[in-house]
Amino acid sequence: MSITDTGTETPLVDQEELDRARREKIMRMARWLLPSLVLILSVLAWHLYVTIAEVPHYILPGPGLVAQKMVEDWPLLWPAMVITGRLTLLALLMAVAGGVVLAVAFTQSKWAEMSFFPYAVILQVTPVVAIAPLLQIYIDNAFMAALLCAWIVAFFPILSNTTIGLKSADHNLEDLFSIYGATRWQKLRYLYAPTALPFFLGGLKIAGGLALIGAVVAEFVIGRAGTGLGLASTLLEASYRFNFGRLYAALILISVMGVVIFALMSTISYLALFRWHESALKRE
Amino acid sequence: MSLSRPPLGERSTLLQMNHVEKTFRGNIVALKDMNLTVNEGDFISLLGPSGCGKSTALRIISGLMQPTAGQIRWTGGQSKDDLGVVFQEPTLMPWARVVDNVWLPFRLRGISYNEVKDEVLQALKLVGLEKFQRAFPRELSGGMKMRVAIARAMVTKPRLILMDEPFAALDEITRHKLNQDLLALREAIGCTVIFVTHSVFESVFLSDRIVVMAARPGRVIRQLEVDAAYPRTEEFRTSAEYAAHCREASDALHQAIGEAA
Ligand SMILES: Nc1ncnc2c1ncn2[C@@H]1O[C@H](COP(=O)(O)OP(=O)(O)OP(=O)(O)O)[C@@H](O)[C@H]1O
Ligand SMILES: [Mg+2]
Repeated sequence: MSITDTGTETPLVDQEELDRARREKIMRMARWLLPSLVLILSVLAWHLYVTIAEVPHYILPGPGLVAQKMVEDWPLLWPAMVITGRLTLLALLMAVAGGVVLAVAFTQSKWAEMSFFPYAVILQVTPVVAIAPLLQIYIDNAFMAALLCAWIVAFFPILSNTTIGLKSADHNLEDLFSIYGATRWQKLRYLYAPTALPFFLGGLKIAGGLALIGAVVAEFVIGRAGTGLGLASTLLEASYRFNFGRLYAALILISVMGVVIFALMSTISYLALFRWHESALKRE
Repeated sequence: MSLSRPPLGERSTLLQMNHVEKTFRGNIVALKDMNLTVNEGDFISLLGPSGCGKSTALRIISGLMQPTAGQIRWTGGQSKDDLGVVFQEPTLMPWARVVDNVWLPFRLRGISYNEVKDEVLQALKLVGLEKFQRAFPRELSGGMKMRVAIARAMVTKPRLILMDEPFAALDEITRHKLNQDLLALREAIGCTVIFVTHSVFESVFLSDRIVVMAARPGRVIRQLEVDAAYPRTEEFRTSAEYAAHCREASDALHQAIGEAA
């Protein structure tokens, strides 16, 4: 009995738990430290390469020049970023609305799905670069044309994910709802919609990135026709003028936008799911 | 608040299955000429080998499936408030807290939570989970989830509760505990139960009537009465009476398996 007596005064935390706690702490720091280190090292390498090899700035500008351009051209870059951002977010919002409404229509009516789903697929598989010039011809307003272009790219993952999600309800739960006499609307509201939520949010993450890509493509193709200059148009124009500092500054800003959108969508997804969904749970 | 039940022979009829048949595509006869009288207060077990149509019978009683022939007659007609169901899986909504899962049957009738708060909490208390009302299903063990499912089935005080192998996926200790709790609950709310099981022991412990079914085609081959008094405790499991009933039910089950082969 003396064996069981030991260690009753202090709260017993075993070595394994301590090790795990320490490991977690290190991991948390490493998650930020390592990528930051990689960033610093690559910028340094970039700088050294450009200076030592004496690469001309119209081939590859050094990080210093890019930073300088970023500050100098900020009055020009910022409005461009606002335009691209607005285009992307509007396209994403419309993709969410369109995708969700269509998905609900498809799951409520087999006929609607059979009639229209193939065309949704065709719209998706046709490269948007090929459609964009046409849109420009038929739609006078260049912003609307660009918006439509970005929307086409972004809406499909929402549609297809939400459709699958709405069909993934537990069969027993469906039976239960039927036994309790649930109406169609009640089933949709209390069963199908919550079931579809994680699928929809997965689609949203993809759609966020695609909306930006759609916006960039649209600006490349349509933006040249003298519309408001977004980041992508700015980038293209800078390349014509061999203004490579500005080009890189615009490129970096586009990447930053992509990262911000991804982080935003991930946060939304986490907040919506962390209480109950497996994907958001921390494993012990 | 225990309700006394009249003895087996003197109960009023709740529903009757008359010559019920079910044939699936490909001429699979899942049920052939099934006749069953369910009385108020009965605890009936459907016992039989896999594929003998136990689940099909429950689905037909619940109205989820129409019989190919024959009919179900409820005394005094049936309304959708008459039923509670428990499946083999707990079948909880993972996105909803325990209270909201139990509230569901009311919610689907358009009754707000505040109106039925007392009933919901009372049901959770009866299954011993009042402390977990704010938990999500993933935070509960398998046995606890099943308790929530049982609370949901009885919260509306339905006339009949259908249970399709509710404890088959649980370990033996948990299953025994739930068997007992189920009997206690039945005493407390006085409902009628049809309970599907593969287990001879479980059927004898729980029910006052065992309906033994055979497969291909699915049909009732025998009905046994277990006249041991309730409440039945763990001691009942070791009694000679229990052993005798188990032997009888086991023989009937073997006969059912033999007839199918
Ligand atoms: N929807 C269906 N379509 C076609 N055949 C079915 C369907 N449901 C059940 N069956 C068949 O009907 C028969 C009875 O099935 P049922 O599920 O009622 O058996 P069970 O007694 O519940 O079996 P288990 O103990 O394995 O759950 C089986 O042969 C099964 O293959
Ligand atoms: Mg079954």
